[in-house]
Amino acid sequence: MLVRYFTEASTYAHNIDDLFLLIAVLVGFWLIVAESVLFWLIFTFRRKDGRASQHITGEEKRHTRWITIPHFLVILCDIAIVIPAIMVWYNIKQNMPPADHTVRVYAQQWAWSFQQAGPDGLMGTPDDILTVGDLHVVVNTTYHFDLMSRDVVHSFAVPSFRLKQDALPGRTISGWFRPNRVGTYDIQCTQICGIGHALMAGHVIVETPQAHAAWLKRESSLSAAHAAAALPARSPESSAMAEVRR
Amino acid sequence: MNTQVLHAEPGFFRKYCWSTDHKVIAMQYMFTGLIMALIGGYLAYVFRMQLGFPNQSVPGFGIVTPGRYNAVVTMHGSIMIFWVAMPLLIAAFGNFLIPLMIGCDDMAFPRINRLSYQIFLLSIVVLIASFFVKGGAFGGAWTAYPPLSASGAYNLTPEGATMWLLAVALEFVAFLLGGINFTVTTMNGRAPGMKMFDIPIVVWMIVLASIIFMASVGPLIAGAIMLLFDQTMATGFYDPTRGGDPLLWQHLFWFFGHPEVYVVLLPAMGIVAEIITVFARKKLFGYKTILYTAWSTGVLSFVVWAHHQFVAGIDPRMANIFTVTTLLISIPIAEMVFLYIATLYGGSIRLHTPMLWALAFIAEFMIGGVTGIFLGASGTDIYLHDTYFVIAHFHYTFVPIAIIAMFAGLTFWYPKMFGRMLNETLGKIHFWGTVISFNVIFIPLFMTGVAGDQRRVYSYAQFAEQMRPALQHLRTISTVALLVMLAFQVVFVINFFWSMRHGKRAEDNPWLSNTLEWTVSSPPPHGNFAELPTVYRGPYEYGLPGRALDYWPQDAPN
Repeated sequence: MLVRYFTEASTYAHNIDDLFLLIAVLVGFWLIVAESVLFWLIFTFRRKDGRASQHITGEEKRHTRWITIPHFLVILCDIAIVIPAIMVWYNIKQNMPPADHTVRVYAQQWAWSFQQAGPDGLMGTPDDILTVGDLHVVVNTTYHFDLMSRDVVHSFAVPSFRLKQDALPGRTISGWFRPNRVGTYDIQCTQICGIGHALMAGHVIVETPQAHAAWLKRESSLSAAHAAAALPARSPESSAMAEVRR
Repeated sequence: MNTQVLHAEPGFFRKYCWSTDHKVIAMQYMFTGLIMALIGGYLAYVFRMQLGFPNQSVPGFGIVTPGRYNAVVTMHGSIMIFWVAMPLLIAAFGNFLIPLMIGCDDMAFPRINRLSYQIFLLSIVVLIASFFVKGGAFGGAWTAYPPLSASGAYNLTPEGATMWLLAVALEFVAFLLGGINFTVTTMNGRAPGMKMFDIPIVVWMIVLASIIFMASVGPLIAGAIMLLFDQTMATGFYDPTRGGDPLLWQHLFWFFGHPEVYVVLLPAMGIVAEIITVFARKKLFGYKTILYTAWSTGVLSFVVWAHHQFVAGIDPRMANIFTVTTLLISIPIAEMVFLYIATLYGGSIRLHTPMLWALAFIAEFMIGGVTGIFLGASGTDIYLHDTYFVIAHFHYTFVPIAIIAMFAGLTFWYPKMFGRMLNETLGKIHFWGTVISFNVIFIPLFMTGVAGDQRRVYSYAQFAEQMRPALQHLRTISTVALLVMLAFQVVFVINFFWSMRHGKRAEDNPWLSNTLEWTVSSPPPHGNFAELPTVYRGPYEYGLPGRALDYWPQDAPN
């Protein structure tokens, strides 16, 4: 149902969409029944000359069962929703599958920046790739992200992945995603973060392994060139490390 | 000095501005709340125009810059909740109805009551003044999450933020004073013979709401003081670099913020209960069950707050507990709605304007209720959190509460308040215009929310996926519907003031109702009852077989 409104581009997107559909069916049923009964009663018991209203306390058993039975059915529906809701939640937020790659996500007023391992495959080494705004990932690969904020509360949201997680200053919050569809998708900030909130856009670029390798090569030669020319590098951390290496 | 003057009939100022009469204070709260509703509506107009017709100058406002947009949405939310819903539903109806319905002459503490309104008015002065300070009104959302709200360097409205916080704190003081009054008056001031289960539901609901409010607001006041210190004295309660924690505020805020939903819902449910019984000529179906569901809702409302924070960075295991409690609270609320619907069975339903509003409340509130399940279920909330789906859900609960039920109560008790009847034709035009356009505003917003529109964003230009033309059409439809809804309020204003002078004179009991407020003249005199009444039965004895009249007032001897 949700997929009609928004592309699915991660492995767990359809879990959320299925849950949405389940809830829509169950609560839709209740809504239609309750509204129909309401309008039927208004129509049937509209004022008519010569017909007085009845005196019903609503405390006798033959009357209360009209409430008790729906009451237990509502409980059943709640259980039918709670269990899959928790299962979906557990899958996405609690149970992290082993990572193929890790990426650090930094939020700040008003930009997203990303740090990924360079050709050596290790995080925190001089060849790390640092990007602003664009996050390049490989399709069908499991990523862990470590989310940090440099100032206020932000929220890292990729609607096509069905991913959303607030970034808090002073904490590192981890999560995961596994993109399964090549393309470019929006990153939103969904927590108000000041006057630039609407400008805090980014993109996830989901690529084939070949395209990603080409991008990686281009980026790392670029950063190597920066380091060799001793130009101001892209972050204090990597320039310091470049110094050490030389 | 002329001593004669001191004993004369009170002048205009003493009578209308310095009065301790509960009815005058109710009118003060009501008119103030309605004026604030106009301001809140104007703010909604401003940001909906920006969203419906991006980057065009808004007539009557100008260009909506990002900073102004933030201030406008923040103030719309704050005003509608704290300065419209609270004063209208709790303070105005509570003050007017409680003494009249339980059969006493005034509140238990009339001077505290007067003080309550004066502090409330002061809070409004502070709030309105904040629009005109350097940097403008606060722009950090009505939830005021730090560090954004704690530092002027982040929110760029340093003075507005502090004034907003002061105004909210003053408003809480006003409602604490009011809540004490409502509870004490109801417990001690009831007419002889009125037992606990003979109290009209609306009085019960206002008292329960006051108790929930008083029990939940303490943590937020503490939180607000810490935030005030962070803003003005450079403390670090919410600053992680100095050992603070921004999540602390979120817990304190929502520990109040979620019960607050029920603080305004319960009085609305109470108003609707009074109206459907009178216009269906029916006894309330399961009076005690309704009370028990209201009590359990009140208790449960204290253990659901973290469903606002599923993705806020709390321990993910905690979300599971709060998903369960959140879905649990759907049970008493659903049951309450079932009982209201069941009340209609076997009735003789008269569709006067107040009844239309009351039935619309039930029909619309159900939509708000069921859409809440999508958000209470942690799995789907990951996607829907902070999207327009939340906004649409919230307004499908809140507009029925603060607008529809408020109009229900206002049209129902208008004859008692002003001694004149409202015009039915104008009332029905206003009703249909408002209710239809309300749905046209918010159904499109469910769709844009599901399609990924995030909240509190003045422009989607940076987000290619939100720039799909279909979404912009939906936003424009919503804006146009808001314009229609606002236009229909003119009908109400005309009806309200025209009827006050020229409406048909109201009898003491124009709706043939049972409760005590209808036994006194319309409007009631100072001191309410010439002779304090005695109560012989519950408030909803309609349609008793074997009696000539289909109603049986509470104070009529057997």
